[in-house]
Amino acid sequence: MPLHVERVSHSYGPVAALDAIDLDIADGETVALIGPSGCGKSTLLGILGGLLQPSVGRVTLSGQPPADSLNPFTYIFQDFALLPWRTVEANVALALEHRPLGAAERRERVAAALALTGLSEFAAAYPKQLSGGMRQRVGIARALVVRPAVLLLDEPLSALDAQTRELLMEDLLRIWARERSTRVYVTHNLEEAARLADRVVVLSRRPGRIREVVRIDVPVGDRGRPEHAALLFEMHRRLWSLIRDEAATADREVQPV
Amino acid sequence: MLPWIVFAVLIALWQVASNTGLLPPLFMPSPLSVVRALQALWLDGSLVEHVTASLKRIVPGWLIGTAAGLAVGLAMGIFSAARAAGVPIVSALFPIPKIALLPLLILWFGIGEPSKIATIALGVFFPTTISAYTACDSVPRNLIRMAQSFGLPARDIVAKILLPGAMPGIFAGFRISASVALLLVVAAEMIGAQQGIGAFVLTAGSLMQTDQLLAGVVMLSILGLLVAWGLGMLERAVLKWR
Ligand SMILES: Nc1ncnc2c1ncn2[C@@H]1O[C@H](COP(=O)(O)OP(=O)(O)OP(=O)(O)O)[C@@H](O)[C@H]1O
Ligand SMILES: [Mg+2]
Repeated sequence: MPLHVERVSHSYGPVAALDAIDLDIADGETVALIGPSGCGKSTLLGILGGLLQPSVGRVTLSGQPPADSLNPFTYIFQDFALLPWRTVEANVALALEHRPLGAAERRERVAAALALTGLSEFAAAYPKQLSGGMRQRVGIARALVVRPAVLLLDEPLSALDAQTRELLMEDLLRIWARERSTRVYVTHNLEEAARLADRVVVLSRRPGRIREVVRIDVPVGDRGRPEHAALLFEMHRRLWSLIRDEAATADREVQPV
Repeated sequence: MLPWIVFAVLIALWQVASNTGLLPPLFMPSPLSVVRALQALWLDGSLVEHVTASLKRIVPGWLIGTAAGLAVGLAMGIFSAARAAGVPIVSALFPIPKIALLPLLILWFGIGEPSKIATIALGVFFPTTISAYTACDSVPRNLIRMAQSFGLPARDIVAKILLPGAMPGIFAGFRISASVALLLVVAAEMIGAQQGIGAFVLTAGSLMQTDQLLAGVVMLSILGLLVAWGLGMLERAVLKWR
């Protein structure tokens, strides 16, 4: 679903977090948001999903969300946000229980989401029995089960180790090849941005402004191929040069007590 | 295993000290004489009588205090207005030793059972309120935000996130309130009762029957252990996800 961010600014009291963000996101596109810590990435994601009202500006949609989408704007969280007292299956079902669905369809949808994320055999396990990667797969399944029109991911892989992260990126690409959500993906990890995103939006230090939007002109499915390695390396270098100084400044910032 | 061995050795040393006359029987009866006293109390039915009398105060007192404490504590955890009103009142009244209110409660309810039950209920109410409210408060905010982002109505957020998330804290509160109930029943029975373990221990002391006195103490500790064990079983059944 195409999404339009029009002159969005946001302040928390005296703290300006975002400044005049303009951004159009196409249907089915994956946009990565990168920028130094505290530049307002999570704030922008909250505004996109309607959890926060922007101080200025607005977010609009073109058209109606598809009828079968039960929760058009759906989040995947950095800390997974699973209920420890519910099994994998029940955690995924949580997203459907308050929706007017028949029991049979609910079960079917949950089973399909578990199958898609490779969790079928763990349906009866509790989150604490699972590895971090498996836990985030539960978070992904819970998001997919509502058929989101816009998927909002806030550093979904940053709690995972490097190898698990690699595996989850493969999973996300495989899943995204089969469904038509629009995605906004916040990350600190340039590699994730260069692997998963069609465009990378680089934000400046607080208050976040758009510094640059970098398009990556290789279809995501082909980015593993050796002939694109040089281009992706170049992308990575360019993104790094864009955020390096800001990251260094943010790194040396002392927070007010 | 080791704790049991240490325990057995301590008991054995105590018996030896009694046999050799190191411990005068009037101050500290031997373990064997305590066991004999317990046996006699069991045989003449007074053990059951006193324990039953105490339980008839503990159980209703604990249930009333717990029900009221959960109602108020959960309301404080769920509604910010209830919290704003409740926190100052609860914090102001919590430190009062509830046994000090027994004379007042006797004036209100008479010397019989209701005043003792009310003392226990009052003593149980405050720790239960506080543990229920802090347990709600300790449910991670990100889980609530997650539920909101999936469009769960407020009623479902309470039923599916807040209450189950607060359960471990509420159970921890049960352990505390159970020991408060045991303490208060003994105190209340020492102040004014013919029956009950507290009254029995007090009488034994005034008659210098230290073997009877210690038998009463053993009854209390067994009662305390049984309650803790029962709560542990319940907790494991309800919170098996932990
Ligand atoms: N609820 C809030 N109240 C006040 N200030 C806030 C609040 N949430 C965020 N901020 C501030 O707004 C700024 C932007 O926060 P935000 O969480 O959007 O940044 P971010 O880019 O997601 O950072 P990070 O990379 O660390 O996740 C930060 O300086 C933060 O301290
Ligand atoms: Mg953030």
